[in-house]
Amino acid sequence: MIEVKAEGKSFHKKKIGMRKKHRILSIISTAFFSILGLIVIFPVFAGLLASFRPGQELIRKGLSINLDYSSMTLSNYTYLFSGNADSKKYFMWFKNSMVLTLLTVVLTLIICYFIAYGLSMYDFKLRNFLFFLVIATMMVPFEILMLPLYQEMIDLGLINSTAGVILPGLCGAATIFFFRQYMLGLPKELLDAGRIDGATEYGISVKIMLPITKPAFAAMGILCAMGSWNNMLWPMLVYREASKFTLPIGLNTLLTPYGNNYDLLIAGSIFGIIPIFIVFLCFQRYFIEGLTVGAVKG
Amino acid sequence: MRIKKFFYSEKAAPYVFVLPFILSFVFFWIYPLFSTVKMSFQSILPGQVEWVGISNYTKLLKDSVFHLAIGNSIKYTLWTLALLIPFPMLYAVLMDSSLIKAKGIWKAVLYLPALTSVVISGTLFRLMFSEYGTGQMNILLQWLGQGSISWLKGENTAIFALLTLACWRWTGVNMLYFLSGLKGIDSTLYESADIDGAGAWQKFCYITIPLLKPTTIYVLTISVYAGLAMFLESFMLWAGNNSPQNIGLTIVGYLYRRGIEKNQLGYASAVGLALLVIALVINVVQLKINGTFKKED
Repeated sequence: MIEVKAEGKSFHKKKIGMRKKHRILSIISTAFFSILGLIVIFPVFAGLLASFRPGQELIRKGLSINLDYSSMTLSNYTYLFSGNADSKKYFMWFKNSMVLTLLTVVLTLIICYFIAYGLSMYDFKLRNFLFFLVIATMMVPFEILMLPLYQEMIDLGLINSTAGVILPGLCGAATIFFFRQYMLGLPKELLDAGRIDGATEYGISVKIMLPITKPAFAAMGILCAMGSWNNMLWPMLVYREASKFTLPIGLNTLLTPYGNNYDLLIAGSIFGIIPIFIVFLCFQRYFIEGLTVGAVKG
Repeated sequence: MRIKKFFYSEKAAPYVFVLPFILSFVFFWIYPLFSTVKMSFQSILPGQVEWVGISNYTKLLKDSVFHLAIGNSIKYTLWTLALLIPFPMLYAVLMDSSLIKAKGIWKAVLYLPALTSVVISGTLFRLMFSEYGTGQMNILLQWLGQGSISWLKGENTAIFALLTLACWRWTGVNMLYFLSGLKGIDSTLYESADIDGAGAWQKFCYITIPLLKPTTIYVLTISVYAGLAMFLESFMLWAGNNSPQNIGLTIVGYLYRRGIEKNQLGYASAVGLALLVIALVINVVQLKINGTFKKED
């Protein structure tokens, strides 16, 4: 304030004017994001409301956001948790998705960590070449390899098995890339310190480096969990028995032209978002970090 | 004993660490890639494989449904580039400024759609784009004094529905990419621009856009791939791989139809390789224009 006074009255006025302008712009921008946010939330909100209405109404009236409390009912959810055949089916898919997601996340993280460790902590002859191969695998969309992989899984006898779903994506290039990027920023001197203390190369990687890589594990774990929880195309090809279906595949089977399963579909869909939504809320910070690493240095 | 000693040596360790990648690369990348190239020259029926030369490819050149699928995919990709790069970039710049209050909420809300699976989002959007008067989009039209439209039965309205779904799901994600790019820009550049008397628009054009280029290229590259490989969105919007007059058919949709539904692995492989060529050509051209190759030493 002292400087403002020293500069004279006109500048003082100008500054107040700028502040006013800034405030108006701020209100406009915030209002803009509020509207955008409402539009974005609308489909999910409408779906949430629809889950409290009979499925038949969903077919007749579509996704209505009409807040008519009299027609609202918990019946879809009581049906979902009733323990009848449909409910059992749903929670079987839910459990399958949970198991698949957990296995995928744990195995992917462990394997990608060690691959990235090798690529970042050592200077060896094939290092750059191997990293180039990691990048190369990103250049071919999975959809192109889907058919030959499907054929390969049949030949290997891995069709209809969880191993068949998990194995091809285990060494995810993006995950390796992220871990490597993260570990390049860690002090390599720790390795020598470990060696002097008599630890083996493998002991160092587990006991010394792994603990300080935790943030990377968190970020990649969440992204990987999200991808796996929502993954549909490849599991749909590999799993043949209905008892192995995951949530997306199972929900998809409810989409019949007759719409007789919409009670289960809408309540099950909304309930199925909850686990990943909770993970997101708890780890939002890591989420963003994990998502954006490629963008900065890529 | 010597083997054990070698295994624990500093020389062998990196190879042990990267071994899983090498195995995965050979079995789940090189092998399927070669086998799809091989299959594209074959006609494959159960228990009966026949070499047919390039006939799958010549058939592909004359296949009007395939041309339609390519057209749809390319149109979709170009539109997603036009919608999902400038707008998220602008939102990110706004979000990075001091103008916005409660940033965390908007970021979380805009990211929310990416958490939903395609099954759920596709189903919700199918209901919203329903041809009946009760669909949300038709209600919107009625507000504007228009009649109802069969959204998912017309060519242009169908791509509109697909693009709405794409924008809904990915705007928030792309915004976060740009936000992280903005974090990497040195703030003193803006300060010195302020001293030189540059306006907001000038700062955006001469500092933000050029310095965001790596992020933009990254988003562009993944968008090209995601757009060309789009399949499930269309699969869910039409509750299956069949849309009227194939207005929602994409290249991968066609690959799925031929390879999985009709079990013509040879022909479907040719479709997949055509997609690969298109994707690589677009990205190489794009990266060349943007000068990415020059920078790398």
